[in-house]
Amino acid sequence: MAQLKNVLEKPSSFYDVFLRKPDKYQQDTHYCPGCGHGILHKLIAEAIDDFGIADRTIMISPVGCSVFVYYYFDTGNFQVAHGRAPAVATGIKRNHPDSIVISYQGDGDLGAIGGNNILQAANRGESITVFFVNNAIYGMTGGQMAPTTLLGQKTMTSPYGRKATWEGYPLKVSELLSTLEAPVYIERVALTYGKELMKARKAVRKAIQTQIDGKGFSLVEALSMCPSGWRKTPVDAKKWVKEEMEKTFPLGVYKDITAEREKGSWDRRFEEVPLDKYHELLGLTGKAKEIGGDMSKVEEKYRNPEFLIAGFGGQGVLLLGKALAETGMRHNWNSTWIPSYGPEMRGGTANCHVKISDKKIGSPVVDNPDVLIVLNQPSLDKFEKDLKPGGLLIYNTTMIHKKPTRTDIDILPMPASEMADKLGSLRVANMVIIGAIIEKTKLFDLDVVFDTLNNIVSHKKFIPMNIDAINKGIEYVKNYKG
Amino acid sequence: MAKELIKGNEAVIKGALLAGCDAYFGYPITPASEIAHAAAKYFPLAGKVFLQGESEVASIQMCYGAAGTGIRVMTASSGPGLSLKQEGISYSAGSELPIVIVDIVRGGPGLGNIAPEQSDYNQMVKGGGHGNYKLLVLAPNSAQEMCDFTMLAFELADKYRNPVVVLTDGFNGQMMEPVDFPEPVKTKPDKTDWAVMGNAKTRKNLINSIYLDPEEMERHNIKLQKKYAEMEKNEIRFEEYKLNDAEVVGVAYGTVSRVMSSAIDEARKKGIKAGMLRPITLFPFPKPKFLELAESSTVKAFTVIEMSNGQMVDDVRLVVEGRKPVYFYGRMGGVVPKVSEIVEQFEKALK
Repeated sequence: MAQLKNVLEKPSSFYDVFLRKPDKYQQDTHYCPGCGHGILHKLIAEAIDDFGIADRTIMISPVGCSVFVYYYFDTGNFQVAHGRAPAVATGIKRNHPDSIVISYQGDGDLGAIGGNNILQAANRGESITVFFVNNAIYGMTGGQMAPTTLLGQKTMTSPYGRKATWEGYPLKVSELLSTLEAPVYIERVALTYGKELMKARKAVRKAIQTQIDGKGFSLVEALSMCPSGWRKTPVDAKKWVKEEMEKTFPLGVYKDITAEREKGSWDRRFEEVPLDKYHELLGLTGKAKEIGGDMSKVEEKYRNPEFLIAGFGGQGVLLLGKALAETGMRHNWNSTWIPSYGPEMRGGTANCHVKISDKKIGSPVVDNPDVLIVLNQPSLDKFEKDLKPGGLLIYNTTMIHKKPTRTDIDILPMPASEMADKLGSLRVANMVIIGAIIEKTKLFDLDVVFDTLNNIVSHKKFIPMNIDAINKGIEYVKNYKG
Repeated sequence: MAKELIKGNEAVIKGALLAGCDAYFGYPITPASEIAHAAAKYFPLAGKVFLQGESEVASIQMCYGAAGTGIRVMTASSGPGLSLKQEGISYSAGSELPIVIVDIVRGGPGLGNIAPEQSDYNQMVKGGGHGNYKLLVLAPNSAQEMCDFTMLAFELADKYRNPVVVLTDGFNGQMMEPVDFPEPVKTKPDKTDWAVMGNAKTRKNLINSIYLDPEEMERHNIKLQKKYAEMEKNEIRFEEYKLNDAEVVGVAYGTVSRVMSSAIDEARKKGIKAGMLRPITLFPFPKPKFLELAESSTVKAFTVIEMSNGQMVDDVRLVVEGRKPVYFYGRMGGVVPKVSEIVEQFEKALK
């Protein structure tokens, strides 16, 4: 008797009256007679009741006949885009690991338009429960072919019957997903007769229990009737599931490693970090040497200077620019740095523009630099013409053999790569040049420059070599008799 | 050192965490990838969720799910990725979900290139997805604003229950500048009246964009339009530069506005009275200010400069309505207009 009562009673996680349903029949569902959705809804609702999880449960309604799941379930509800339920479920569950997230999807939704979404969510082992209703047809939109439509089956969009060589084979979702490592439980059931229904009931409960236990991704594929879409009576529809669908989609457990998985092992939880730790974790609490720079004391041609630095990718061009920009900032000036970016940086030539100013910087783009630094021949060829008359050109004689041709500029040739090599690494050629810039322009306080290296040189053990290189550059300019 | 020399893209993420962002879902794309890199690095340290989605389509839907539970969430991408996200953006606008979307625009159409363009104006400001919706769009032009506007975007998204876009070009994402980072935001709004959090208090709530009954759908749409009107009333932001005596009003946003401010200084050296109106909110568009300038007796013309085929200029023309000539000059493909080119356009406008 108790069991009979259970069968006849409305689970309490269904609403008594479906107030969200925009018609006057608010105690009837919108499903057609003989449809399988109502059966599955009830099995899920009973499980939610029995596990006492209605408050924690979030149901996701897909697009398709079950678009209105939220009419019925007295739980938290999301209605979502076609096929995207697993992605939405991911967004919910990752942020609310204690919620029970149930993604309810049809065959078009899950197997066709959302194919990649279910595959990837399963592969990530999202700790969610997916109920996949396979009725081999699109019901809501009027009986079109589904990815699970059987071979030979006639639908509105396969009016001559599905052909393997034209539309491909019926998609076997349970088989496919059970090849993945992450999912913990996958079973195919049928919403048809007594024995099958008891198995379906068990599977629904197990799939939800798995989530409660934090064991990861589970999916139950339910073969279901669509008498309207199939143009069959409800009685014939059930028979067709058993006699035809089950041949293509055999029932059974496709994957079950629930016993091997520890409880909570696939829950994703994070420790709350107090707000007063934020600046520290964002790297904003370091002490850096800063001074108030005075641009008016700088020689006029280098006042609020604009730099263009160019060379091969890998010559430290971008880092050189960053060092200038950061040092400028530490003199309490404004500075901007923009790189050439993307494929250009990978193997080709790279350049960056740097502006330093005691005023607000408008355009960060350097069209005509005050100081042009070139580390290779193509860069000299490309940018020499852009240097301002009277501007400073520093070029790397180790790599550049064709001399600059302009006579209206200040030229400093220096064997930067050779000097760097002597110091132990070609990589510090950029620092040798920074030394030269410091000595030529007198823009920067040397201590600030050295301190800046802590921020821009990634391996601390190389800082002494970088300092040596800067000193060598300074020395070179002091001794240079051009 | 709350001040740091930092790329605009990275400043977005530090700003986001300081604004109380709880989750980031995204898919890599140049020139926006540093945003994902920084999120992947810092979000876990702050006990927040970073997850690389399988696609842009999925990433924005993960945001839909997360935002629907009442947390602060964001994603970032560039043009081709935003085209894919339009599905989720339309749903988010329909379901009224606060999501922050950062768009670091690159060259298009199609795969285009990774150089800076402003050709996503139409798809972000005019609504690139289906339906009668608007996004609130903020257009930063410096690394500092990348941080500040991202923070502001979270506040506005919650205030209006609407997706908010931070729209800028590849240059502004890649540029490094000093940024002053503020203290973290301490309080966030209570959303238990609408969000679905998986608890008893929010059990009756529903995140939804379907209204089967046409009258009901229309009522929902009217409600949305009222919200957009509120934004137009309250949220217009712009920057003026030397407009007082300007005869030619330059109009630009993002990196172009920086170049334009330099061009105005150059133009003035030549005796050209140029000024700039820089829209900061692209929606709501600063219509009242444009109208005021269009009706001013000093102003002779408007010159709109964009790194696109001319998208914002349509909005300028809609407001100016023929009161004054509106000229357009654009560069495409990732070419940034030079100061000299803009000065030339000012000269032309006054001829």
